[in-house]
Amino acid sequence: MSRLLSEEEYRKTKAFKIKRWYRGEKDPYIGRVELTPQKPFTEDVKTMKQRIHDEAILKRNIYDIERNKKLQIFSKFYHVVSIAFVFTLIAILLYIVSYLPPVGNAANPDNNEVAAKYIEDGMKDTGAVNIVTGMILDYRAFDTLGESNVLFIATCTVLILLRMDKNSEKKEEEDNDRLYEPKNDIILQKVAFFLVPMIIIFGIYVILNGHLSPGGGFSGGAIIGSGLILYVNAFGFKKIERFFTQKTYKWICFVALLFYCLAKTYSFYCGSHHLETGIPLGTPGDILSSGLILPLNICVGMVVACTMYAFYAMFRKGGF
Amino acid sequence: MKIFQIVLFIFLIVCAISVTFSKNLLNSIIIFMSYSLIMSIIWILLESPDLAITEAAVGAGITSILFFVTLKKIHAIIALDEDKVDKHPHKSVSIKKGEAK
Repeated sequence: MSRLLSEEEYRKTKAFKIKRWYRGEKDPYIGRVELTPQKPFTEDVKTMKQRIHDEAILKRNIYDIERNKKLQIFSKFYHVVSIAFVFTLIAILLYIVSYLPPVGNAANPDNNEVAAKYIEDGMKDTGAVNIVTGMILDYRAFDTLGESNVLFIATCTVLILLRMDKNSEKKEEEDNDRLYEPKNDIILQKVAFFLVPMIIIFGIYVILNGHLSPGGGFSGGAIIGSGLILYVNAFGFKKIERFFTQKTYKWICFVALLFYCLAKTYSFYCGSHHLETGIPLGTPGDILSSGLILPLNICVGMVVACTMYAFYAMFRKGGF
Repeated sequence: MKIFQIVLFIFLIVCAISVTFSKNLLNSIIIFMSYSLIMSIIWILLESPDLAITEAAVGAGITSILFFVTLKKIHAIIALDEDKVDKHPHKSVSIKKGEAK
């Protein structure tokens, strides 16, 4: 012991008393307060009868609608007011809708120069044949960054809610079917054997051709995610853990979101909608064209695919 | 093509209403799945194939699978698998009785 005081002197100090109190080694009541053991609760017959009688009367008065006038009036009033409220709400909303400009009118406020500029100069500015992708990932890339971050945060929230502790897993194995997996279903496995590669290749195609044909990061990522879910259903979690674990998920999401952040947050700081990246746009229609759109599409696609699979794994197993 | 569109829209409305009025949760999820499928065809007819792909993958695929898993979690789907019979002996008796009838 490296204490300066001896053991007896140390016992007299306040620090020792506080420590003892904190650890709960001494009960302050023992020896100072007279303690009598509690008597078991007994009730004589008269009071018990009275109590049961009172409870019955109370119950009848509260729940018996025919005799309880107050409740009767309230329930009628409640119905009438709720119906009146709904109809007033409908009337107000219809009244507001009647003020909206008619659909397809050329003088509508949404028919302004922004849409015209995107359609006319979209291909020249961004180099993407698919105007939608050019808009999402070039003009409005900062919005898409927010969307992919929302997906990541949603996964984190689900992880907080549904994660299983590894220590309590064994206890629950008996009454919970979290770890229960169906035995080899031959039909599902044969179908998945042919379908999963095709689904995943189609998803990769949709992502890589995001700037040329309909689709892009979100659609392709969702397709790859559903392919992964089909794979898990057919072959089980053990097989997918050979190439996709929580660590893989973490690294993929981290790298993709960081790349997106570094590539596109300049518009947040500069307030400019378009800055030269230095990457040549190439000829529109080629796979390797349109500057940063292709790598950003791949980033978004990977984040979405991982999120979809992570949701499923967390719902099924509570972690992956 | 116009008639096809109208038929699809009628299906869509019928699906949307019957989801709310279906008593069985499993049935309502399957109806919801078909709703998404019809919606994705309508997206193609409205000339936005990228939305159609997303709707088919997310609406018909992943959302309904998550719903199924949740139903399984809250024991709304009663499993009659052969593997489960061994785990719960009192259940197996009732299943055998059902088979005998």
